[in-house]
Amino acid sequence: MFVTSAYAQTAPAATDPHAAPAGEVHTETGAAHGGEHGGGVFPPFDSTHFASQLLWLVITFGLFYLLMKKVIVPRVGGILEHRHDRIAQDLDEAARLKAEADAAVETYEKELAAARSKGHQIAETAREAAKTKAAADRAAIEAELSEKLAAAETRIGEIKAQAFAEVGQIAEETASAIVDQLIGAKASGEDIKAAVAAAKTGA
Amino acid sequence: MANDPIHQFQISKIVPIEIGGIDFSFTNASLFMVATVACAAGFLYFATSQRGLIPGRAQSVAEMSYEFIAGMLREGAGSHGMKFFPLVFSLFMFVLTANLLGMFPYFYTVTSQIIVTFALALLVIGTVVVYGFYKHGLHFLQLFVPSGVPGALLPLVVAIEVISFLSRPVSLSVRLFANMLAGHITLKVFAGFVASLGALGALGVGGAVLPLIMTVALTGLEFLVAFLQAYVFAVLTCMYLNDAVHPGGH
Repeated sequence: MFVTSAYAQTAPAATDPHAAPAGEVHTETGAAHGGEHGGGVFPPFDSTHFASQLLWLVITFGLFYLLMKKVIVPRVGGILEHRHDRIAQDLDEAARLKAEADAAVETYEKELAAARSKGHQIAETAREAAKTKAAADRAAIEAELSEKLAAAETRIGEIKAQAFAEVGQIAEETASAIVDQLIGAKASGEDIKAAVAAAKTGA
Repeated sequence: MANDPIHQFQISKIVPIEIGGIDFSFTNASLFMVATVACAAGFLYFATSQRGLIPGRAQSVAEMSYEFIAGMLREGAGSHGMKFFPLVFSLFMFVLTANLLGMFPYFYTVTSQIIVTFALALLVIGTVVVYGFYKHGLHFLQLFVPSGVPGALLPLVVAIEVISFLSRPVSLSVRLFANMLAGHITLKVFAGFVASLGALGALGVGGAVLPLIMTVALTGLEFLVAFLQAYVFAVLTCMYLNDAVHPGGH
């Protein structure tokens, strides 16, 4: 049974019908494997193909090596280097922008401080000016008031003096009238005057 | 035939070429070398063709792999090692793409061939030796003489260093090759169990569930291994290149 199946498998390969029985034996059992590939050698150790293996290995691996060396390695290396450079460049750019932003913030802070101090200064000046003006106004008003007061006092003094002066005359007239009524004679003006003056000083 | 776990590593000629009696045929392995290069280079080429300042998804992946290897090399071999960047990057991308392409069913795993991994390892060690002698002359041999070792022990230590240096291409190539080979064989064996158990009827189908789960889990593991082995290959390349750049810096 095995023989026939083996025969069926090898038969198409065997062109010479006389070679078929040999093929049957080879393929049938493990022990006969060797016969199939000449010399009964385990195929990896079969030296009949070494020359061809070496030649084709040299051709294919040589080509592969050249391709790697000339095309692939420079290309991949270039890609990686380009990316590396790009990342470094982007980092530099980011650092530069950050420095710029920091500088802008610093300038802003400086300007803000300057503006603040300037505002403070302006407020101070305005306050100072207002204070000075108020003081000046007060001084002016006070001066005016004291002037008016002085004027008023002078006037009062005048009126008082005038009133005192008029008091003597009124007293003389009154005394003259009283004397006239009492004694029915006219007293001389000099006497009355003297009497009034004496009363005045006595009072 | 389909259940044979070794068959996937079989090399078959597609275009027979013979030069000077030596077989240089274009085989399925050659085809997948071409496919690996086309996938890796095509992806990197088109992913980065936009050269976007803000990367798209594909460009991000290309840039990530670039920076991943660049970081690894700078850490492993210092800034002087960066001249080897195209080499390490090519090796990583080639091995990774070959490993991942191998994960597709019916695809050939280029890195499961010892001659391929050995050639790549020899390329690394050859670069180390040539650059080391070119740059440092005979001082490069200080690599084998660690400083601060007592005189009596020195011959022994030098012998160990030389042996460890010579074993590097072997370990570098066998690690990658064996991981890919073993992983694919394991996958194939478990997947084969699913098929052969499934052919045994109802009970077999029930029993086939276990290897199926195992196959799914192993597929995930193999994707991890595919990446991990490319990573390990690149890391070790960086460490070996460090010896070329700083031979005295042990």
